Amino acid sequence: MEDRIEKRIELTVPVARVWRALTDYREFGTWFRVALEGPFVAGQEVRGRITYPGYEHLVMTVTVQSVQPEWLFSFTWHPYAIDPDTDYSSEPPTLVEFKLTPLPTGTMLVVTESGFAALPVHRRDEAFRMNTRGWSSQMENISQHVGQTR
Amino acid sequence: MSDRRVSAGAGRLDPAAVFAALGDPTRLSLVGKLSADPRLSISRLAEGSALTRQAVTKHLRVLENAGVVASERSGREILYSLEPAPIAEMRAYLDGISRQWDDALARLKAFVEE
Repeated sequence: MEDRIEKRIELTVPVARVWRALTDYREFGTWFRVALEGPFVAGQEVRGRITYPGYEHLVMTVTVQSVQPEWLFSFTWHPYAIDPDTDYSSEPPTLVEFKLTPLPTGTMLVVTESGFAALPVHRRDEAFRMNTRGWSSQMENISQHVGQTR
Repeated sequence: MSDRRVSAGAGRLDPAAVFAALGDPTRLSLVGKLSADPRLSISRLAEGSALTRQAVTKHLRVLENAGVVASERSGREILYSLEPAPIAEMRAYLDGISRQWDDALARLKAFVEE
């Protein structure tokens, strides 16, 4: 059983455009939904408040590992760090890597996240809680919408 | 969360132990045999493989400690069976994170291609 996740996505824009969307902290924040406080610099930590609806009370911290222009951007973080009262800094982080390859039609982006095997026991439960909460807030949205249009 | 707990006695799962237990090809093959044929003895599990009974026993101990298999005594034999919960649980954990990446990358695609 693999302790990593790999995602591939083809984008119809040049590598340079994707690179900017990944490594410009404001652009990253727009699609990732986090208000980062500063730029990505190799070896440095960046924090930012999550802007994803329902999770605005959370602060996300990443430690930039590698910035190799138009080829590799990577950081470590604590996945599912959803309890604002918990200090996750002592836990082993997972590594997130974005790799870019030019295609005739645009860009191939491969994202991997690895290192889940080292996560402590109790964190798995939080992952479930987060999914459950995600679903229940979706259901609330739907019921509100239905209530308004009735 | 009581429905997520492993069967009696095993306590809470350690994902690292489950990943490590399932990360070995020999142990994965034992899990494969047990999923096809529940409740096998050590001799049956060693059949058709190059493994000694001792080697099988050692691997089963790792799987049992991780909560992936359970054992019971039947006369003079010990029978092993698969505990489906840990494997399903780890898969669900990774699926949850995987779905989050799908959403984030769909937003990235919309963002750069707009």
